[in-house]
Amino acid sequence: MIFRTAGQYKTSYEADQALFPVKQDFYLVLGILLLGYVVFPLTASEFTFKALLVPVLIYALAALGLNILTGYCGQLSLGTGAFMGVGAYATYKLMTIVPEMNIFAAIFLSGFFSAAVGVAFGLPSLRIKGFYLAIATLAAQFFLVWLFEKWAWLYNYNASGAIEVATSSVFGITVTGPTALPIVQYYCVLIVVTLVTWVAINLTRGRYGRMWKATRDMDIAAELVGIKLMTAKLTAFAVSSYIVGVAGGLLVFFWKGAAEPNLFDIPLSFQILFIAIIGGLGSILGNFLGAILIVALPVILNLIPSTLGIPVDSATLEHLNVMIVGALIIAFLILEPHGLARFYAIIREKFILWPFPY
Amino acid sequence: MLYDVLIDPFVQMVAVPDFFLQVIWEGFVSGVLYALIALGFVLIYKSSRIFNFAQGIMVVFSALTLVGLHSMGIPAIAAVPLTLLVMYLLAMSVERVVLRPLVNQPDIILFMATIGITLFLIGFGELVFGGENKVMITEQLGIPTGAFELEPFGGFVLIEQKDVTAVTMAILLVVGLLLFLDRTKMGRAIRALGDDHQAALSVGISLSTIWVLVWFIAGVIALVTGIVWGARAGVSFALEVIAYKALPVLMLGGLESVSGAIVGGIAIGILEKIFEIYWGQPFLGGNTETWFPFIFALLVLLFRPQGLFGERIIERI
Repeated sequence: MIFRTAGQYKTSYEADQALFPVKQDFYLVLGILLLGYVVFPLTASEFTFKALLVPVLIYALAALGLNILTGYCGQLSLGTGAFMGVGAYATYKLMTIVPEMNIFAAIFLSGFFSAAVGVAFGLPSLRIKGFYLAIATLAAQFFLVWLFEKWAWLYNYNASGAIEVATSSVFGITVTGPTALPIVQYYCVLIVVTLVTWVAINLTRGRYGRMWKATRDMDIAAELVGIKLMTAKLTAFAVSSYIVGVAGGLLVFFWKGAAEPNLFDIPLSFQILFIAIIGGLGSILGNFLGAILIVALPVILNLIPSTLGIPVDSATLEHLNVMIVGALIIAFLILEPHGLARFYAIIREKFILWPFPY
Repeated sequence: MLYDVLIDPFVQMVAVPDFFLQVIWEGFVSGVLYALIALGFVLIYKSSRIFNFAQGIMVVFSALTLVGLHSMGIPAIAAVPLTLLVMYLLAMSVERVVLRPLVNQPDIILFMATIGITLFLIGFGELVFGGENKVMITEQLGIPTGAFELEPFGGFVLIEQKDVTAVTMAILLVVGLLLFLDRTKMGRAIRALGDDHQAALSVGISLSTIWVLVWFIAGVIALVTGIVWGARAGVSFALEVIAYKALPVLMLGGLESVSGAIVGGIAIGILEKIFEIYWGQPFLGGNTETWFPFIFALLVLLFRPQGLFGERIIERI
């Protein structure tokens, strides 16, 4: 009933190819944006910002970057964490060299550094494929994290070896550092994520997106119809690493506030990969659904024993968490290998037909 | 500067041959273990096209089970078969719970599922046996702990007896495995599945039996690796990182090649040690072992995309 698409006639190609060919989709997105920009900030507590909303947005952005590479272009990457690190360290260095720089400018510029590194480590993809490439991206993972540790210039020769975010402000409002309000940081992250997601959606619908999808579906066939594989794969690596780098900058500057090299180690890469896969490869929406699930799961699992009044010590709880997350990942893969985005698509189809069976 | 990097290390290798031999021996021992883990990967990949990321955690899990059982008062002789039983149960439940429902899914989904298994086993192992470091029950298992000193060039080379045991056990295991694959009916079935899934199924080879068997063999390999590596470095979840070391070995040797895994493992073990001692520590601040194998394998793959022993890649539309 609500999702009736009948009567929405397309009279031009533009209308047919528009971002929202169905009006209800547009309203839905509008509703979600309203929720994100108005309702959550009004209702959420500080804990919710720090533990749920900001991490969901940042992880979703990183997963979006990975999804462009893995879901759209078909190149499996296990080095996401390290590329986030490149973004974070580049932002940090930019902010130390030019302290009065706008933090957003620094974050968006730092994306170019991680894009360059991404292209460099993407070069092997022209020769090797599949799991061999996945292992090759692990080279980036281990090498870059090692570099973050050993290259003292990167962390300004700190004794601790960690990077710490200095206080900075935009238009007189403190946005980073320990004194920044969570709600301000939430808005900063939200604006960046909205912007990048909008660009990414249009990129994947455009010329490059089609090139990537053709490469993913069958690269030899794509080459035969005239797609330059080199351009397709390397642009995918560049765009993906750019977004991932931006997410890394956000992660350190608007959420963690400080970072050691091991933050960007392989568990982070896997976490992002989980989000992308559980959300659904080749889907933008899926990243957000996956991020909500992966971020919220441990928080909820932590709350269960205390609400039920079962005394469990924190170490046991943590182990149980890891175990349950592992089991749930397997369960989700078995239930719906195409991810949460497919669930949404099925529900949407049902709504279009509802209440009639056909 | 250029002299220091390009020539001096080689001069040192020739000038102090004892130390060089020691480095090679250490590299060889870890290389044998990398080869063992890679072998577990290869077996599972060959028979089911699953890139089994859980191999590393299986090493930790089996070692933990062994030590845990022993600390409950079970003698070492009985603990080993009991651990094997646990690994068999693990193989069976993995096949039943994870693999069977996921049959015919894309590679990446199965790969993700093995990461799910990894997480589950980490949580489960820590829950049951505790997360703290443990000592491998080296003596109780009858592994000698002394050391030989050789004096080939006037200096001396120290060879620990447990390393010799490790290498011997690894060689025995590999030979046994090769004989099993080559001579027995089950081994032939595994190889048939590796060659052509559908054809193997059509002549009546049971997929689930073979999968349980292959995961059990991987579990046995994991146990042996766990014992010998645990004797060197203690039993903890840090052991898991050696699983990552097996990945460049796979790249180098090819995902489907048993001999590739062995040769690649030993080559990577020796080369990473040499690089670390002669280049990494003096020039790069050390700890280069984490990434050197990957970069090395990557460079090799740029010239030989199918790996050293991989089958020639033929692509068709």
